[in-house]
Amino acid sequence: MRAAAWLVAALALAACEREQRPTHAPPPASAIGSPSRPATAVAQAHNRYEENAYAVSQGKTWFRAYNCNGCHAQGGGDVGPALMDAKWRYGADPASIYQTIAHGRPNGMPAYGDRVPEDQIWQLVAYVRSLSGQLPSTVAPSRGDSLQDAEPEARRSKEKIRPEPPTNPGEQR
Amino acid sequence: MSPVMPSHAPASTMQDALRAAGTQAGHIGDLWNGTLALCTVVFVAVVVAMLVAVWRAPRADAATRPDTSSLSGPEHRLWRGVGWATAAAIAGLLVLLAGDVFTSRALARLPLEDAVAIELVGHQWWWEARYRDADVSREFTTANELTIPVGRPVVVTLRANDVIHSLWVPNLSGKKDLIPGRTATLRLRADRAGAYRGQCAEFCGLEHALMALLVHAVPPADYEAWAARQRQTAQEPGDAVARHGRDVFLGTSCVMCHTISGTTAQARMGPDLTHLASRQTIAAGMFPNNRGYLAGWISDPQSLKPGVNMPANTLPPDDLQALLAYLETLR
Repeated sequence: MRAAAWLVAALALAACEREQRPTHAPPPASAIGSPSRPATAVAQAHNRYEENAYAVSQGKTWFRAYNCNGCHAQGGGDVGPALMDAKWRYGADPASIYQTIAHGRPNGMPAYGDRVPEDQIWQLVAYVRSLSGQLPSTVAPSRGDSLQDAEPEARRSKEKIRPEPPTNPGEQR
Repeated sequence: MSPVMPSHAPASTMQDALRAAGTQAGHIGDLWNGTLALCTVVFVAVVVAMLVAVWRAPRADAATRPDTSSLSGPEHRLWRGVGWATAAAIAGLLVLLAGDVFTSRALARLPLEDAVAIELVGHQWWWEARYRDADVSREFTTANELTIPVGRPVVVTLRANDVIHSLWVPNLSGKKDLIPGRTATLRLRADRAGAYRGQCAEFCGLEHALMALLVHAVPPADYEAWAARQRQTAQEPGDAVARHGRDVFLGTSCVMCHTISGTTAQARMGPDLTHLASRQTIAAGMFPNNRGYLAGWISDPQSLKPGVNMPANTLPPDDLQALLAYLETLR
């Protein structure tokens, strides 16, 4: 009985981390380094924001504020590819998505590395991965500030990622 | 680290519902004064009745047997006292109800000819104000400070973008909530020139308490001059340092959230900075708008207003000084 009580208390304390909000500027340290330095050597970076629900929901805020919707249409895809499905041209791991946002990709994805602060890119990376259900439902957003014509990210089932070869420049998507 | 309070603000800008500066706040003040008067009468009557009862009670010493006469039979003429008290309570409540009805009728009857239309959007934790006009090219956007003409009615359309906020400028009007997905309107009129502080009155997150709105009520001619200046696009910077500052602004993260009309910066996430230098405060009424606070705000806003959406910007010193010089030209 006492052990169970301790367990519940420990769980409650652990859950506090989930919503922890940094109230100071984050340290510049990350696995990849500054956006001006390509990180080709880093295969898989650990993104600490993937364990923090607040950071992921901030990522959702930036996704709207920086008009990612303009091309990716809430993850459903429009001019840019869909982000909520299983197909990934340039890799679905955090390091690859960071690369995509910071340095851009051929056929239209601009480089945002010198416009969006590094920690915000990492928050965006975490949110982008939640679009296809890659994050646990305890971390992925369950609501949005704007209308959303799709299931909340927290309720999406995890897509099984498979790579998709890039399309030819002349071809539609 | 302790939050810095706006100690620079002159006393006249402190909010005060009892010093009405407009007709709407005047009506609400009258209702308050009437309620206070009635409640004072009731309070005095209750205290007097109690003192009379104490004074009339039979004096006794330790040897006197307790008076239990009221337990053996019903009290006589009880209905009279209870009846009077009930009638007085109902009459008092009816007076208050009538006061309520007449006050809200008076609030709704503010004449709205020639009204200034402002759309006010609540954000975590600042105010976006768009001055509407039938001619769309005359519309303009500002933030955290309203300027309104004395004597002309103002129709404020209230919206919110993230969570529920509430607008309260006690010297000018009552409260009204800003609810995401809904539109509410608040009508007010300032009859006395001055600066009046408003405040978010609905808990909206970490920095709710530091989400202030400054309302400048100025003579109509001054208002027209101010509005004409606000409609202009930002000035082309004159000297090389300010020009470099503009390039810094357009080449770093600033451009992702802020608008400076006349440039390529057109994002709507943060406050419109087209005429930043014409405002008295930054960070929603938190700090005076001067070079030092602006530099601190740009470099590390999290230490000044924890939780704010503005990111820290570690610019090289020359770039930061140039950026500050450019922001100071945005009059």
